[in-house]
Amino acid sequence: MKLFEYEAKDTLKRRGIPTPRGEIATTVKQAVEIAEKLKPPFVLKSQILAGGRGKAGGIRFALNSEEVERAAGELFRSQIKGFKVEKVLVEERIHVKRELYFAVALERSERSYVAVASSKGGIDIEKATAEMPTAIFKTLIDPISGLSFSTAKEVAAEIGLVGKQQTDLAWIMKSLCQIGLDLDAILIEANPLVETPDGSFFALDSRLIIDDNALFRHSDLAKLRFEKDREYTETEIEAMKNGIAYVKLDGEIGIIGNGAGLVMATLDMVHDSGREPANFLDLGGGATSGRIALAVKMLLADPTVEAILVNILGGLTRCDDAARAITDAIDDFRQTKPIFARLVGTNEAEGKQILLQAGLQVFGSMEEAAKQAVEAIKRENC
Amino acid sequence: MGIMIHRNTEAIVQGITGKQGRFQTKLMLEYGTKIVAGVTPGRGGEKVHGVSVFGTVKEALTEYSPDVSIIFVPAESALNAAEEAISSGIKTITVITEGIPIKDSIQMMMHARHVGAQIIGPNTPGIITPGECKLGIMPHHVFEHGNVGVVSRSGTLTYEIAANLTRRHLGQSTCVGIGGDPIVGLNFIEALEMFKTDPETNAVVLIGEIGGNLEELTADFVAKNNYPKPVVAYIAGLSAPSEKKMGHAGAIIMGQTGTARTKIAAFESVGVKAAKRPAEVVDVLKSVLKK
Repeated sequence: MKLFEYEAKDTLKRRGIPTPRGEIATTVKQAVEIAEKLKPPFVLKSQILAGGRGKAGGIRFALNSEEVERAAGELFRSQIKGFKVEKVLVEERIHVKRELYFAVALERSERSYVAVASSKGGIDIEKATAEMPTAIFKTLIDPISGLSFSTAKEVAAEIGLVGKQQTDLAWIMKSLCQIGLDLDAILIEANPLVETPDGSFFALDSRLIIDDNALFRHSDLAKLRFEKDREYTETEIEAMKNGIAYVKLDGEIGIIGNGAGLVMATLDMVHDSGREPANFLDLGGGATSGRIALAVKMLLADPTVEAILVNILGGLTRCDDAARAITDAIDDFRQTKPIFARLVGTNEAEGKQILLQAGLQVFGSMEEAAKQAVEAIKRENC
Repeated sequence: MGIMIHRNTEAIVQGITGKQGRFQTKLMLEYGTKIVAGVTPGRGGEKVHGVSVFGTVKEALTEYSPDVSIIFVPAESALNAAEEAISSGIKTITVITEGIPIKDSIQMMMHARHVGAQIIGPNTPGIITPGECKLGIMPHHVFEHGNVGVVSRSGTLTYEIAANLTRRHLGQSTCVGIGGDPIVGLNFIEALEMFKTDPETNAVVLIGEIGGNLEELTADFVAKNNYPKPVVAYIAGLSAPSEKKMGHAGAIIMGQTGTARTKIAAFESVGVKAAKRPAEVVDVLKSVLKK
């Protein structure tokens, strides 16, 4: 689960990490009121859950209340990287001497957390952990003890800091690491972590991503997960609450299958046949009839879906149950779309019979089902 | 023979009294797996399908000497269950549980590595040596005894590809799912090491997917070690978008890292053929084996 910048910074602030003074605004009026309590110059930052916001025009600077009003007005009216701006963080602008970088992320190949520090701000963490460019210092982190103060000081020294600055930065890095571990973060990032002309440090921007699987032990964060305008659409939320893994995509062929790998392979086959999938939808293991019916209805209701491709490999999920759930959903929805199904496994013959009787097209291989679904759409669009 | 588990492997089931544990124990027993005991805290003295239940792994060990454990306990207590097995000296532990917090998995792997135990998973369908032993939840009818090793990040794709292999008379030595999480125990490289010395394995099918860089590291390993047996790969997720979790917690492209394209390229650059579709794996394997 991704947190907004202002939420991440609030968390950091509560744990003693220096961040710029500021507050969150949901209206232009509020933005101006916040600025009046702060010292100019100001920075206004749109709160969206996507990177590259600065380049997309989501960050504005202002010298006085009039400029704050104008900038906030523009931001609230804009779409940044496809997201409508609902919240703007108004902060005092910090004087920057140089930008540094610090993050704790996952190092999957080492089965560990890794701390990444750099004397250059604004680096890309995904690249930094995959490759090993120079000027980046990496150290694996113990999940219980975290980053020791002595190791943190060594990292600060590598960055070129001495004396009090070395100690200050080491403390910030050690604390950030501890916050990440305490919150089950899969990424905690201060980027840039800046040094000011007077030699102090501030987390100017921060990203915090929490492990979804650990939300059961962070009830305060779990509450936020399915909030409106956060990470997921309403359809995605309904799917998740019912045990379905669903991701909306840009194409026109709706996909239903069981098993993440199988569904991905089905998507690839549609893509390979010259059309694009409208979604990823994994029913999961041992899907109930209710779950299958819900999945079918979701795709019938999706206006971008022109045809549906069902790929069920029956094990725990019985093919006849799946077939009945599909036909029931169609009857219930009272409207249908071309459906191409591939069913194999437990009670395969019965399942196929049920679908054929309902007028659906049934195939023995997923290649064939995918090909036919794509062909049907091509004919339709001729 | 196969790797890790065989005819004489003795297993315990942790979480045997739960719905899934109970059901899968029945299926494993029917397959012929030697399940000597079950464990569920507070449920010692009960029986599940004739298997004695103990309150702790230590208690089970006073009567039996299992080689392996399979874990079905819920995500919140999976770490405890695994630590119990690890500290009791069990050296192979399959964790079926899905949804374990990453921090717990990291601790689990650290502890296992410290004492030389091997974790398979979490979030895996398990491992099967067809005709001998099944330690997992896979539909066993698609597997058949033979000489192809299979190692995979995906359950259903393993079934799909194993069924194709079986249909075309290419049985399997051992099929092992390494799990769909970002942090897993056994990885492709370790599985390849074991298949290398297994006399029953003549070739290996490797099923990967988007996310992480394990496939790239494995390609490196194959090249650097001049891997002696043919390897064929299939990678799912060529059409997957960036920054979206595709079902598995570990199936996510971050920035430019973890795309199917880079993984396929890594394999092909070291001479490992990658099938374009699951159904093509058998054809590619047959053409490689002919050489």
